[in-house]
Amino acid sequence: MPVTFAAHNRDLTLSLSGEIDHHGAKGLLEELDRELDAVLPRALTVDCGHVTFMDSSGIAVLLRLWQRMEALGGSIRVVGLREQPARVLRAAGLERMIQMEY
Amino acid sequence: MPVIRYTNQAVLTFPSRSANEAFARSAAASFAAQLDPTLDELGDVKTAVSEAVTNAIVHAYPDALGKVQMKLRLYPEGELEVIVRDWGVGIPDVEKARTPLFTTGNEERSGMGFTIMESFMDTLRVRSSPGKGTVVTLRKKFAVRAGGRA
Repeated sequence: MPVTFAAHNRDLTLSLSGEIDHHGAKGLLEELDRELDAVLPRALTVDCGHVTFMDSSGIAVLLRLWQRMEALGGSIRVVGLREQPARVLRAAGLERMIQMEY
Repeated sequence: MPVIRYTNQAVLTFPSRSANEAFARSAAASFAAQLDPTLDELGDVKTAVSEAVTNAIVHAYPDALGKVQMKLRLYPEGELEVIVRDWGVGIPDVEKARTPLFTTGNEERSGMGFTIMESFMDTLRVRSSPGKGTVVTLRKKFAVRAGGRA
């Protein structure tokens, strides 16, 4: 699944698109790790506006980003969630840990 | 002879390649389209099927490719049944496997697959025999909407 990055100082925006499932999750995690290592962001925004489908692999991806931002002492928020990904994340209780906007 | 209660059925068999996760959930959604579903209902089916098929692909055959079968069945009164079967290693403790956050997978697994299946479908049944394989049965009843159903 395609991902683009936009960094302004140490504010990083990740824009994800397409379908997030197990098939693509490993490669995506590696790409996200590399970008976080390079930027060491203080504030991370994950834009899911173009994510059309997500299964529990998406939960694993966002949990990883949350853990990394905790370790960096920074913040994370997820924006632009469509209905199906939002239902998956809510079913996992992720809104208790990560700020989510729809 | 057993009495066949379902009104329509499709059976798909594919190897446990991860590229088939997207194929399986799209196929299930296409089959479910006969029920005139809402977008939310279709999303629920795609999500649950993705979890069940991914489990078979990731866990059933850890060291090789194996066969995964998905049966899609339509019942009167608008009920969809999805049966995902593998002939892999099996699950030693099904109750434990169904516990939220439990996983034997890698970091890209969250341990939420069965929880998602339970949340998005009406019923989930898991039968497994170590060394013989696993059968996951999901059922969901679709709302009858104005205009009826063909």
